[in-house]
Amino acid sequence: MSIMGTRVIRTEDPRLLTAGGVYVDDLRTPQLNAAARLTFVRSPLAHARINGIDASEALREPGVIAVLTVRDMDDLAPPPPSSGEWDGSPTPLGGPWSEPLLAVDTVRFVGEPVAAVITDTSYQGEDAADLVTVDYDPLPVVLGPAAAVADQTLLFPAAGTNIAIKNAVSTDDTPFGACDVVIERDLVNQRLACLPMEGRATAASYENGKLTVWASSQNAQVSRFILAGALGMPPDQIRVVVPDVGGGFGAKIAIDRDTITLAWAARKTGRALRWAETRSENLVAMTQGRAQLQHIKIGGSRDGRILAYRLDVIQDAGAYQRVGGLLPFLTCLMASGVYDIPDVQAGFRQAVTNTTPIAAYRGAGRPEATAAIERAVDLFAAEIGMDPAEVRRRNYIAPDKFPFQTKTGAMYDTGRYEEALDKALAAAGYAELRREQQRRRENGDPRQLGIGLSSYVEITAPDPDAGETAKLEVKDDGTAIVYTGSSAHGQGHNTAWAMLVQDELGIPMDQITVLHGDTDVIPLGVGTYGSRSLQLGGSAVHNAAIEVKDEARHHAAEMLEAAEADVVLDTSTGLWQVRGDPDTALSWAQVAGHTTGGSLVADVSFVQDRPTFPFGTHVSVVEVDTETGQARLLRHVSVDDAGTVLNPVLTEGQRHGGIAQGAAQALLEEVVYDADGNPLTSTLADYAMISAPDLPSFELASSETPTDLNPLGVKGIGEAGTIGSTPAVQNAVVDAVSHLGVRHIDMPATPQRVWTAINEAQKASNQ
Amino acid sequence: MKVELTVNGKQITADVEDRMLLVHFLRDVADLTATNVACDTTSCGACTVLLDGESVKSCTVLAAQASGHDVTTVEGLASNGAMHPVQRAFHEQHGLQCGFCTPGMVMAIVSLLKENPHPTEEQVRTGLEGNLCRCTGYHNIVRAALAAAETAEVPS
Repeated sequence: MSIMGTRVIRTEDPRLLTAGGVYVDDLRTPQLNAAARLTFVRSPLAHARINGIDASEALREPGVIAVLTVRDMDDLAPPPPSSGEWDGSPTPLGGPWSEPLLAVDTVRFVGEPVAAVITDTSYQGEDAADLVTVDYDPLPVVLGPAAAVADQTLLFPAAGTNIAIKNAVSTDDTPFGACDVVIERDLVNQRLACLPMEGRATAASYENGKLTVWASSQNAQVSRFILAGALGMPPDQIRVVVPDVGGGFGAKIAIDRDTITLAWAARKTGRALRWAETRSENLVAMTQGRAQLQHIKIGGSRDGRILAYRLDVIQDAGAYQRVGGLLPFLTCLMASGVYDIPDVQAGFRQAVTNTTPIAAYRGAGRPEATAAIERAVDLFAAEIGMDPAEVRRRNYIAPDKFPFQTKTGAMYDTGRYEEALDKALAAAGYAELRREQQRRRENGDPRQLGIGLSSYVEITAPDPDAGETAKLEVKDDGTAIVYTGSSAHGQGHNTAWAMLVQDELGIPMDQITVLHGDTDVIPLGVGTYGSRSLQLGGSAVHNAAIEVKDEARHHAAEMLEAAEADVVLDTSTGLWQVRGDPDTALSWAQVAGHTTGGSLVADVSFVQDRPTFPFGTHVSVVEVDTETGQARLLRHVSVDDAGTVLNPVLTEGQRHGGIAQGAAQALLEEVVYDADGNPLTSTLADYAMISAPDLPSFELASSETPTDLNPLGVKGIGEAGTIGSTPAVQNAVVDAVSHLGVRHIDMPATPQRVWTAINEAQKASNQ
Repeated sequence: MKVELTVNGKQITADVEDRMLLVHFLRDVADLTATNVACDTTSCGACTVLLDGESVKSCTVLAAQASGHDVTTVEGLASNGAMHPVQRAFHEQHGLQCGFCTPGMVMAIVSLLKENPHPTEEQVRTGLEGNLCRCTGYHNIVRAALAAAETAEVPS
């Protein structure tokens, strides 16, 4: 029986549970035995000129080895000329829009690294960093996307504007002219902290011309190329090792300036160095997510048909553009969601502000698209007085229209949207929930029930042509090693990849080792982001296993003196034999031993023709205390269809985590700045990270619609839960108080916001 | 100053800075790196260990305060190579993903089940308020705690 699709618990766990993982700061490798500590001096101001840096007092402290600033980076190449648009290359120093490694003469956000203090111990580092005196002249601060596009104060005067990238939305109102109903409004998709439990951490040593960098990253190989470019070194003189990673969520895609600075400092000083950021550092200096101001306009007929939709996005990039226009590009690409809308207009402006840079966070541009369209559909449904489930049903792309080319340029592969809705409504008991809601409304219950829906489609493996690598080696002791370019940070790649090999070759999982994240061992690879791992990296492993099997068949035939066509592999035993003759059985060890090198090896790269598009429907049930404004999530039901499921244990785990993060955006989490650009949420005592009592257990219903774009039939599941859940929870909160006249509440739906919305609606109805 | 702690049954004596936190003593002096630091405000619980059998956040205890006391970390939980029922439940229920919060989470649940051997789901969730996880959505952590409570062996 095939192991595919069965519930296999993880091979990774026993070590993590009994000895703990080996994260960067846990490394006890001899190269790091005498490592010094690096501590960053960070800007306390959101926008300021630097007049001077005085490290003399710090240098007198015990244990202080050096205090480094940008002036010490004289061994780095000058910055490439900037066109004003991000070209994918790292930007070591200067130039309009580009981001220096350490501040040059201006700081543009609180937390920006200004100097690096190197000490024997971390306690000494904290002491000494406090003694580095930086003379700042404060500058006017730009906060929020709306202020940024006004261009009154510029972050990069040489650029002449704060709008770094734009793809202007159409202003053609013709499609809305034919609509019975048109609604438009602003929506805030607030800034979030990514918060992997392990913050950023890096260690580096430079010996005999070779730089070794241990980084908490989602991509070892990409990190190596970034380091090579930034430090002016040939890639083969750099080894990047990614040990266990304590979560990433997009914020650890490759490496950023802090890690490059540490690697540079190790080369500069000749000392092995370590840095593991504190949470207070992490909450101002690790990239954050979302941060869009959206304007939506939706129009349709009174019988529930949506005829036109416009989405105009202002993306807050933060102080520096880490990922170019990627996020609003993806938001616009996915603007119309699961709906077949005759006219769709989507565009964006991306502007810099004096805040922490924005980059990918679980979903990266797609949750923002789903939040906008799903809120818009509910606003439309409320306006025409139709059940939101029914409005969705009337507008889905029909299953016989796939592959479906959207108006915004996406090519959806497969989808059965109405079926997902029906499953979710049935699992939730939708009709009974509506009756219970009605009862509470009629009784004037202070605790009102809200039911929120979200139907979503998202894009996974958005860069399918970048592909992923896999090398599979079966050795003459019968064991196998998988070398994968993909890189796990909690997803369970080791378990999944071993399942794929066992399924194809019949080598038991416990005889299979999965290696990743070391560029000396695996020089080429792409890594984990955009829910790409299983479909690209897993397919590569699958194809490598097939190649190994083909080669093994050739050897087995020779050994058995039989025609290749007559030689078969029994995957339940892992034995080769002549068909129908069990006495001829050969083990993998014997077949591998027959090769000249003593092992069977396949080295493959898998690319996919197009991205895949998982979909689903979430139903969320909340209770809102109308007297306090407190919204509590009672139930969350999800149908998430990401094609064929390899291991339900892993898939469900991804969905659970995704749903929690999505619900967190709807209810609790928000990065907040004061008027001067000081972050007010720079510790976990201030940032409302979601915790166990905030959540119920989740109710998952299964659905599998395979894609034909890869041999496994799989799509990505890492981000779907987040994308689907946020609007369902937000819609549920609004729904709970919609009978009081409330049409919209921006996220997060804090008690204050909900209470204010109820009171304003009541005031309006009394006038 | 000189401190003397018993960590996972082993006595460790060291001369440390007065301000050294217990978690740094465990990681840097005792060389037990499973216990992690994930915040600086006693909010996340990643550093939870048992001090004389009671759960504490080891970032909020000085090594000096723990001197003369017994500390148990997740490395000391398994006995004779067999995982503790809470560890086993985490494995079976997929209660961990990246593993960073896990040692603290496991120790918090060991302590929780000692105080309340048969908690309801709500009691588990409330009991874990001070332990944060970003990967699991807490769903399978809660299931693991409830499953561990169901096992015949009484967690120590």
